[in-house]
Amino acid sequence: MAEGLLELRGVAKRFGGFQALAGVDLAVAAGEIVGLIGPNGSGKTTLINIASGVLAADAGDIRLAGRSLLHLPAHRRAALGLNRTFQVPRPFPTLTVRQNLEVAVPGAAAGRDPAALLDAVELAPFAGRRAGELTSVQQKLLDLARALATGPRVLLVDELATGLTPAELARVATRLRALAAEGLGLIVVEHLMAFIDRITDRVVVMNAGQVLFRGTLREAAKDRQVVDVFLGAPEPAA
Amino acid sequence: MWRDLGLVVLPLLAVLAVLPAVYDNGALLLNFVVFLVLAQGLNLTYGFSGYLPFGYVGFFGAGAYGFAMSVTLAGAPPLLGVLAGGGASLLVGLLLTPLLRLQGAYFGLASLAAAEALLHLIGNPNLQPVTGGPYGVKLQAGYAPLLTYALALAILALTMLLVAWLRHARFGLRLLAARDDALAAAMAGIDIVRGRLVIWLASALAAGLIGAVFAWRTATFFPDAVFDLNFSIFAIVFTLFGGAGTLAGPVFGVLLLYGLYNAIGLSAPQYFQLAYGVLIMLLALFFPEGLAGIARRIADG
Ligand SMILES: Nc1ncnc2c1ncn2[C@@H]1O[C@H](COP(=O)(O)OP(=O)(O)O)[C@@H](O)[C@H]1O
Ligand SMILES: [Mg+2]
Repeated sequence: MAEGLLELRGVAKRFGGFQALAGVDLAVAAGEIVGLIGPNGSGKTTLINIASGVLAADAGDIRLAGRSLLHLPAHRRAALGLNRTFQVPRPFPTLTVRQNLEVAVPGAAAGRDPAALLDAVELAPFAGRRAGELTSVQQKLLDLARALATGPRVLLVDELATGLTPAELARVATRLRALAAEGLGLIVVEHLMAFIDRITDRVVVMNAGQVLFRGTLREAAKDRQVVDVFLGAPEPAA
Repeated sequence: MWRDLGLVVLPLLAVLAVLPAVYDNGALLLNFVVFLVLAQGLNLTYGFSGYLPFGYVGFFGAGAYGFAMSVTLAGAPPLLGVLAGGGASLLVGLLLTPLLRLQGAYFGLASLAAAEALLHLIGNPNLQPVTGGPYGVKLQAGYAPLLTYALALAILALTMLLVAWLRHARFGLRLLAARDDALAAAMAGIDIVRGRLVIWLASALAAGLIGAVFAWRTATFFPDAVFDLNFSIFAIVFTLFGGAGTLAGPVFGVLLLYGLYNAIGLSAPQYFQLAYGVLIMLLALFFPEGLAGIARRIADG
């Protein structure tokens, strides 16, 4: 495993009698985009929740630039430069779109300018609207912009592409690649394999709370186990 | 912010400041100011952090007894006693911070239970030498109608300034974000626990200070009088009716509903308590943003 900016080691999580994560290792380096794929229920969102401090891990460690985040609350992790988007977007509905970004507390890598961020996700025309009035796709983009407003060093993106038009997808892909080029580390959870193929260098495949495969998407598509797991799900477009 | 001050705070204070010269029911005027402070104090915690403490009167009572005990037991001068009242409410607020982990009705009920517990502690016959127990308090702090009224106005000014500031400062915006979605707020880097604690204590302090002034003015009271649940109910209904989170809303709520109560309700207060209870439910169900929300909807077309 590459020396990571963010490193998850042996992360385990149990919900009641159900083992959602059974010792997962995952790392991302600065400037790298890692695709995290796997069938529904394989534990991808849970892993993001644990990394970002929304859930507590039962076991394992989470390190950002060598420092353990395990006992830090979510807002401290955000301040140190770890942020995420939500699979189901979570805007502040009664705040305006602009305010949604203005409330973000600039962290480690210094915050970014809200106006420029809104422009980048093409929400500038809606800046004065209440965020609750946006479409869910727009709310996803607002989620992304808000996460960026905290100035993250590592960004965890949870199924951003779902519902976007091909044109929007292309713009988001360009944007994520530009972020990586600036030195951000990104972990991108996604079902759209074409999107993963376009932006990632390597993928990690999860199944039933465990890592099944690490390598390129091309290799994954040829892997017997991976193909079995994805049977019935969209074919990896290698 | 300056607009809020110019359009709401200054005119209100100016009118309240000259009223004693032309209207001689000083006790009623003071009661209006007391409810303006309680409504704005409740507005702080409900409007900005979403916590609706049914036991809000507990801070008021704590302030009244903080004043009474510091004056009678420690021989404090009354002005210092008012600060002691504020200190007592802050202490109660600090002790109750674990309640902030609760949500919605659970929080409301737990705060109510805490206020009741405090009432029964203070009213305990065994504590008569300290608190006066069930026999209440008789103060000799000196009858100072003008000074107490001026103090009440000062407390109102401070409370409203805080509300006005929160409506425009980033700290206030962050509180509103946390009220909308605590999890997303944490990911936006907001320290929710600290923000809620600050606003909770500010809200407690406002009620405690005005409770102390009320005790000074009233001089003789039983514990039930300053822990009367109606203080909570009235403050809640005035704030919800006018519009929580706004500056002018709670003012309109007090002027209209407390005015109505005094005009026709005093002869049959039980009906008003019933009506206000029902009004709280209706507002919470159908008009969560109160008058201010209706005004905004009209303005938006
Ligand atoms: N808060 C929770 N409580 C109970 N079970 C949960 C919770 N969150 C996730 N799970 C379960 O854990 C498993 C993994 O879910 P999730 O991490 O959302 O998967 P993915 O994002 O890969 O689709 C699922 O079976 C889900 O039902
Ligand atoms: Mg998921």
